Amino acid sequence: MFALSTRALTKVYSNGVQALRGVDLDVEQGDFFALLGPNGAGKTTLIGIITSLVNKSGGTACVFDYDIDRQLERAKSCIGVVPQELNFNQFETPMTIVVNQAGFYGIARPEARRRAERYLRQLQLWDKRNGAARGLSGGMKRRLMIARALMHEPRLLVLDEPTAGVDIEVRRSMWEFLRGINDNGTTIILTTHYLEEAENLCRNIAIIDKGNIVERDHMSNLLRRLHTETFVLNTRDAVVSVPGVAGFVLRQVDANTLEVDISKEQNLNELFAGLTPLGIEVLSMRNKVNRLEEIFMRLVESRAGHA
Amino acid sequence: MLDTSAPPAAAEISLAEIRWVGFRTIVIREYGRIIRIWGQTLVPAVVTATLYFVIFGSLIGARVGPMAGFDYKQYIAPGLIMMQVIQVSYANVVSSFFGAKFGKHVEELLVSPLPNWIIVAGYTAGGLLRGLMVGLIVTVVSLVFTRLPVAHPVALVAAALLSSVVFSLAGFVNAIFARNFDQVNWIPTFILTPLNYFGGVFYSVSMLPTWAQKVSMANPILHMVNAFRYGFLGASDVHVQGAFVLMLVLAVTLFALCVGLLDRGIGTRD
Repeated sequence: MFALSTRALTKVYSNGVQALRGVDLDVEQGDFFALLGPNGAGKTTLIGIITSLVNKSGGTACVFDYDIDRQLERAKSCIGVVPQELNFNQFETPMTIVVNQAGFYGIARPEARRRAERYLRQLQLWDKRNGAARGLSGGMKRRLMIARALMHEPRLLVLDEPTAGVDIEVRRSMWEFLRGINDNGTTIILTTHYLEEAENLCRNIAIIDKGNIVERDHMSNLLRRLHTETFVLNTRDAVVSVPGVAGFVLRQVDANTLEVDISKEQNLNELFAGLTPLGIEVLSMRNKVNRLEEIFMRLVESRAGHA
Repeated sequence: MLDTSAPPAAAEISLAEIRWVGFRTIVIREYGRIIRIWGQTLVPAVVTATLYFVIFGSLIGARVGPMAGFDYKQYIAPGLIMMQVIQVSYANVVSSFFGAKFGKHVEELLVSPLPNWIIVAGYTAGGLLRGLMVGLIVTVVSLVFTRLPVAHPVALVAAALLSSVVFSLAGFVNAIFARNFDQVNWIPTFILTPLNYFGGVFYSVSMLPTWAQKVSMANPILHMVNAFRYGFLGASDVHVQGAFVLMLVLAVTLFALCVGLLDRGIGTRD
């Protein structure tokens, strides 16, 4: 049984835009799954269909084997949604928002209040529980939507750009929180523009473009397919001219910075072995771009080239 | 650092329980909204009713004389109560549901396992709740100005409930189709208010020429006001059983329409 399974899922909007063109996708139970794609690729439409905010045009979708055409109530009771845009009543208090949300899933108010305390505390919102939600900061509002989505303890948590607009510190603490939720058995589907986020959190990935799934693989397999990576080297002393190291093509960015392309067949030891006799001491090194971002861009650009 | 301790395993809740608790939650949320903004939801009806009683009842009414055998203030009291019940029932649902659409928090309900008929029933119950609260308050205001006997209590309660339900559902239809706040106000201003004023609140239709009486019969509010007046005073310009049949048919038809519109996603889903 998959947490989510879609077959030949299509969506044509009333303005004629074909957002999904026969999407087949399986997400295993317990997975932390990334759904990536450029703007307008169909990510939010796909999530909208699963959560019934968008009517599909064709195909099937099942959530834990509950068909959304025949067992919609059961399917929806398995899902928690954290949408891209804020969608709670800003005039209500966080406590009211999460307790009411639990009620919409059949959880009686005494139990809902207990869960509200647990999740508002976990997400560091307990002190803010009785103020109007409009007074919360951007990061707090995002965390409130996560707390709300967890109130009925869903088996599948769908997060659409959950960390958009939040600062680094909050984002990283949210990553830790989501990892914990996933470790405890909740399947998570994540869409994000922060590819570092997907690379850090997710075990499996699908890339959607122009309404089609163009890639579906384990994160590690996908990253392994990256043939060449560009590294940025910071040197202790200023480099006078571009050093020549057999087998490597180096470029000088500025006096203390070099760039080098390393293919899968090469190893970094050979590079350092070549630099040391030249008196070049490397202080630090980093990938020029996020590895997933590089694959993503190549996939999307190659499809654009074929179009 | 956020706490990531494990949540307990979720037990499966029956669909019947989800629906019942969900319905109650919508009603509680609507009640909370009515109370939170009581200055907008409860007070204006009291002010309006008081003004009607002072101007039409005491000042002008003193020169009008008896109507259908009743003191004029006594005659208009049931109509004034019903007028407020109708207006606030409609206003409650149209503003609450459209506000939820506008603020996008309607999605909280749309992604939940609640079937559409429960969502419609919940909002209707919210409109009914405010309609009855305002009805009771305006009744108390009426008793300051006149005496109100209760001739047929069952008819009285049934007319209030059914009228409130019908106009709550009508407000829901308005909210579904509305794309902006202008469209929320358009129907109350240009349709509901004229229907109220021509609905026999301030006069007996027997005073009108025959053609106008026939036209008035097409106004559902005339039937609601008279059924309600029958409950208080035992007098009506319309066939009372017919009025109840009309209200029932309207309630069932509008309920089916609201659920059908939500099922098709009109105004709520892409």
